[in-house]
Amino acid sequence: MIADTLSEVMTRYALITAFLCVGLLSWASWFLSERLTRGQLHASAIAISIGLVLAYAGGRATGGTRGIADIPLFAGFAVMGGAMFRDYAIIATAFGAHLDELKKAGLIGALSVVIGVVLSFTVGAAMAVAFGYSDAVSISTIGAGAATYIVGPVTGTALGAESDVIALSVAAGLTKSILVMVGTPFVASRIGLDNPYSAMIYGGLMGTTSGVAAGLAATDAKLVPYGAMTATFYTGVGCLLAPSVLFLGVRAII
Amino acid sequence: MVIYGVALLSFCMLAGVFAGELLGQLIGVEANVGGVGIAMLLLILLSNLHDHGLKLSPPTEGGINFWSAMYIPIVVAMAAKQNVVAALSSGWLAIAAGTAAVIASFMLIPVMARLGRRGGADDR
Repeated sequence: MIADTLSEVMTRYALITAFLCVGLLSWASWFLSERLTRGQLHASAIAISIGLVLAYAGGRATGGTRGIADIPLFAGFAVMGGAMFRDYAIIATAFGAHLDELKKAGLIGALSVVIGVVLSFTVGAAMAVAFGYSDAVSISTIGAGAATYIVGPVTGTALGAESDVIALSVAAGLTKSILVMVGTPFVASRIGLDNPYSAMIYGGLMGTTSGVAAGLAATDAKLVPYGAMTATFYTGVGCLLAPSVLFLGVRAII
Repeated sequence: MVIYGVALLSFCMLAGVFAGELLGQLIGVEANVGGVGIAMLLLILLSNLHDHGLKLSPPTEGGINFWSAMYIPIVVAMAAKQNVVAALSSGWLAIAAGTAAVIASFMLIPVMARLGRRGGADDR
């Protein structure tokens, strides 16, 4: 009876339950980071990785699409980690960002968005060809998915792609975003990701808002506003270029 | 007051996302173009107006800083609601395409940073 009542309360106050769980998870991550890696591995990186493992477990357990949030007790994760709070918090990080830094990387930041879209699209499309796809619509949809998991379905829908190809493009985008979350702290020093300037280029080239948001959080939270700023333009530019210019380019080649 | 900061942040978000939607419709894509980025610029501009008489009080700043500090926990929650199963179970093409895109983009960062710095130096 006690367990039932507790779980009923926690389910009813789902968002508050999520706050508590993320708090405990953050503490556990801090503990692991300090004790096991002596601070070598950033606590945020550990927390994000645990989050992804929980998402996998939740998805396996329920067969749903929202990770751990599909378990009613943890439904609050969907609200807390949803686009509304995520974007609200990203915008808040801009408070205290330096206008001069933004100006310094303004042009190269904008350029990196366009180059990033074209690069990811090209690489994704090349993979589609390597795996045996030969029609321009499927190749473009999968290429668009390698940009972000929003550009993929938007492009696929616009071009009239098969639904399994669209699903594949979403999966390619998800893989990209998860890899950016986990991989960024490991490559940060090698690619010079330690200042606002390169953070803006990073945001523009990577483009996945969730990947960039988590990747920078796990590397150096001070860089978040700069990377997020350029990344938020990526999906829009991708939706503009992929079904138009880039698709025409693919059709011309094939 | 704390709520002033929260309200200012909300105003920036709504204005930015609204502008991003309009921009998307204007260029004819079904997506928000840079709404969050525009909101960030707006917040930076508004918070740099203290020379022009708009000075935020510490409690007002607290209303914004709270959400800024909640950023990482929110990202952790976001990670926990990703569709990781779909990413891992839809075959090698999706994984290969996503991975190759990430590796290529990572490698281009130092190249572009160097090019940009050189270009910037020429401007001066």
